[in-house]
Amino acid sequence: MAREAVIVGAGDVPLEDGKVVGGGSVLQVQARAAKAALDDARLSMGDVDGLLVAGLWGVPGPGLLPSVTLGEYLGIAPRFADTTNIGGSAFEAHVAHAAMAIEKGYCDVALIVYGSTQRSERSRTLGGRPSILTMQFENVWGIPQPVGGYAMAARRHMHEFGTTEEQLAEIAVATRKWASLNPAATKRDPITIYDVMNSMPIADPLKLLDCCLVTDGAGAIVMTTADNARAHGAKAIHLRGYGEAHTHWSIGTMPDLARLTAAEIASRHAFEMAGVSHDAIDLVECYDSFTITVLMTLEALGFCKPGEGGAFVSGQRTAPGGAFPLNTNGGGLSYCHPGMYGMFLLIEAVRQLRGEAGERQVDNVNTALVHGTGGTLSSGATVILANH
Amino acid sequence: MSDTYQKPQPVIDPGTKPFWDAAREHRLSIPRCNSCGQHHFYPRELCPHCHSDDLEWSDVSGKGEIYTFTIARKPAGPVFADDVPYVIAMIALDEGPRMLTNIITDDVEQVAIGDRVTVRYDDVTPELTLPKFTLDKD
Repeated sequence: MAREAVIVGAGDVPLEDGKVVGGGSVLQVQARAAKAALDDARLSMGDVDGLLVAGLWGVPGPGLLPSVTLGEYLGIAPRFADTTNIGGSAFEAHVAHAAMAIEKGYCDVALIVYGSTQRSERSRTLGGRPSILTMQFENVWGIPQPVGGYAMAARRHMHEFGTTEEQLAEIAVATRKWASLNPAATKRDPITIYDVMNSMPIADPLKLLDCCLVTDGAGAIVMTTADNARAHGAKAIHLRGYGEAHTHWSIGTMPDLARLTAAEIASRHAFEMAGVSHDAIDLVECYDSFTITVLMTLEALGFCKPGEGGAFVSGQRTAPGGAFPLNTNGGGLSYCHPGMYGMFLLIEAVRQLRGEAGERQVDNVNTALVHGTGGTLSSGATVILANH
Repeated sequence: MSDTYQKPQPVIDPGTKPFWDAAREHRLSIPRCNSCGQHHFYPRELCPHCHSDDLEWSDVSGKGEIYTFTIARKPAGPVFADDVPYVIAMIALDEGPRMLTNIITDDVEQVAIGDRVTVRYDDVTPELTLPKFTLDKD
């Protein structure tokens, strides 16, 4: 019988006020997250023969070699490695790549890891790219990165479809409500649409509360074969479909600033592979670097038509108790956003599919869609997961 | 000038030098494909539309319209702090490609998508000219 790859472990490290509890280097926090995920999977580090890593960390110099560095630190010699870095969506792509490797027999136990200590180190550097190669046509204009690109997308979306700032604020308010149910969330106090509208202007039309947090964080996912999961008594989460795409890096070359083309391509392939319709999706976890990211993603994934995202999220439809549960851990907007957030979408989907999400558990979650976005609306990766 | 201009400057490479050289001469020059006839920006070695390598540099009109924009209320680093609020815009050139730039205006609030714009060259150092744009309605 063909090998089937499944997710068997998810783990993260505790956060307090957006910082890793007890502190630690970027290697330490990743090791802790990896151990937590392996414990969850009832597997040990010695079982790991596939390592998938992407991050913003590394020893500066020619080539960051993150899997080589982290493999050494963890004391393993993986026979399959993948350091695909397409931005914050990398981990959804890693799940797909690990599945392909496991199903082909290139590895038996794959560990996907991410960590960042950017908040503790005050080292957020996404805006600090040198003005070389493609960036020479971006940096010179003083575009705040990455918010400026997202702001231009929001402005174009408003122009084409009449989307309003209040509709974007609905997303921030709903996400905060989910965060209030998550003890690990960095921001838990309720906010109103008025609060979002009156928060500090950053890059029109986006304001402070339209933007994700800057926090620490570390997480890991463990995958193996369904047979191995059964042998270890681990709860298997099945991978029904996946897809990925990227369209641009410089915001100046994004094909259409009112449409998230990468997510359209990625999710179309994922739905085709899964052989399910949108009606079969009980829960969506999608990247929320900014409120506009969510709105454009929902349209691109096909949960509403292009231009209808504003109406779709209005009336707190994505909040707890709403018709469309979304970003149930409080998202990058209110839970945590350690630079590349896609890992935490996966962890939350696994917990919801297992019924382990505590106060924020959504009823009857059997199939979940996870979609990561990376860069400046650049890349997208979708996975469709099921607990049966 | 070059001693006082603290903002990011492009690290010009062989693939982009003709664009920046032209800007110094107050020309807007971008690649045009002899195979499919389309312009593109930023400059590539292969046409991003049809992937032909039969490209030539072509002076364009320097006219277009605002495709989208943002007003920076917080600067992209301390060197832009004195400029706040300032406009970063994506211009759809009349020849087709879009390019990122700044809109020079005394009233950022009046900038709108669809506004007609014309290039205006900002000689920020003796070696570097930035093609910025002004609103035709200004």
